Amino acid sequence: MLVVEKNSLTDEIEVLVEKYGKERSSLLPILQEIQRNHKYISDFAQQEIARLLDIHPVEVYSVITFYSFLNAKPKGRNIVRLCRTITCDLLGKENVVAAIERELGIKFGETTKDNRITLEYANCLGMCDQGPALLVNDKVYTELTPEKAVQILNSVR
Amino acid sequence: MKNKTNQSNGKVLFSQYNRGDAIKKLSGLSREDVLYELKVSKLKGRGGAGFPTSTKWMLTAAAVSQEKYLICNADEGEPGTFKDRVLLLEHSELVFDGMVVGAYTIGAKKGFVYLRGEYEYMLSSLEDFLETMRNDNLLGESICGIKGFDFDIEIRLGSGAYVCGEETALIESLEGHRGEARNRPPFPVSKGYKGKPTTVNNVETFASVVHIVMKGGEWFQKHGTDKSTGSKLFSVSGDCERPGVYELPWGTKISELLEIIGAKNTKAVQVGGASGICVNKSQFERTLAYEDCSTGGSIMVFNETRNMLHVLKNFMEFFVEESCGQCTPCRIGNTKLLEGVEMLESDEYTFAYINKLKELGKTMQIASKCGLGQSSPNSFLSILENFKDEIFNGRGGKYGK
Repeated sequence: MLVVEKNSLTDEIEVLVEKYGKERSSLLPILQEIQRNHKYISDFAQQEIARLLDIHPVEVYSVITFYSFLNAKPKGRNIVRLCRTITCDLLGKENVVAAIERELGIKFGETTKDNRITLEYANCLGMCDQGPALLVNDKVYTELTPEKAVQILNSVR
Repeated sequence: MKNKTNQSNGKVLFSQYNRGDAIKKLSGLSREDVLYELKVSKLKGRGGAGFPTSTKWMLTAAAVSQEKYLICNADEGEPGTFKDRVLLLEHSELVFDGMVVGAYTIGAKKGFVYLRGEYEYMLSSLEDFLETMRNDNLLGESICGIKGFDFDIEIRLGSGAYVCGEETALIESLEGHRGEARNRPPFPVSKGYKGKPTTVNNVETFASVVHIVMKGGEWFQKHGTDKSTGSKLFSVSGDCERPGVYELPWGTKISELLEIIGAKNTKAVQVGGASGICVNKSQFERTLAYEDCSTGGSIMVFNETRNMLHVLKNFMEFFVEESCGQCTPCRIGNTKLLEGVEMLESDEYTFAYINKLKELGKTMQIASKCGLGQSSPNSFLSILENFKDEIFNGRGGKYGK
């Protein structure tokens, strides 16, 4: 990581600590914003958050690994999460999975070579009446067909 | 996403209500008045556990502390549940007005909505709604001119952990920790968020409170059954013609519900999501109520073509992934139950071992630390019992009977 990148990340975290307050309960909102902006929380970011909140870096790492929407490893620019709960499964999730994997040439859990998309499974997205459902970052798409799913992913940049 | 979810409006939750009315009415009511109406209404928590709301609020109101907190549990993670999504998106006024009533009653100055990370797309519209409330003096200082009644609501996002729907895990998460359930006692009503008295209620509970304030506890308890008063939102999905959110009085029979939603050739109904129970045809005359089939509202319907072992495997994979791992019965137990399901699938089981697993399931119900591990064996036990002809057919549960 370049020094300028480090400095800008530190600035960003300082602003967040200012915004949410220098206390332990601010940890999750801060991590969520870093995750949103960078798609993962780097070692350096973890160290800086720990320093600015005055807690041990291990505490920060421990929280990140607990929550499935927070990552300590780099991911693609867009995170795509397909619901794998039984109701979406009944409505044809497997066909959607096959179509997406074929089209992108990767399996679930992997990232495309151009770093455009990371594919993941999610548990119930609360769209059971309109499944199969899929999240692209924080946007939700429902009533997927294999064709519609591939179209959506093609429009993601 | 569809703009509007299929909905059937019942007589209680979705009855006529104008934004702010319940809050305005508070100026003529004391805390004791609200508690009295709640007591008469016999409202129980809508998250599924069914703890009497009046008792919870009374304990928090009676706790001596300068700081108290009110939390709305919108971490709707139970597979097959989406009523909170509909309430928050299409009936926000019920939820937030209910929170203000709660704050008035228990004496909280600060409230949180713990919104699950999967629902982040709702955040901006909910924030806008809160801002309008602030502008109309329905939030903020001296709400509706009531001196000394200051309250504001902050929305916090979860990050994709099912266990955070458990109230003490939710509080841990709000405090910036891993979402691991706490030992109880002390209960949140005495030591909750930051060690202060805290009330945690489900989204739907707050929505019910608003109607009790407007129309009285007497009116509310006329609906439903004696032990389960009022109505309930059911999130219906699976094999039926009209999935969606249905408001029905407690005490509705499963067969009646199946009729309403247009379910044909139904083999099984999973009541209460993955942590609930699965009933077969012979039990369709049972009623949906705290005293019979208790549920947080998830109804999943499976028709004759479905493989119940596949359904069970999906549930057990869910629990293995979502167990937080801090207590052994839940962490190891769920893995063992999943292994058992895989053995059944490949027809490499002995009845002796399956019986041992059933015992293990019962142990988990007693020994697990929080609701997750206590309820995760429910579907394993009920599916193995109610669909044994199909599952133990010697063909790995495949091809039906």
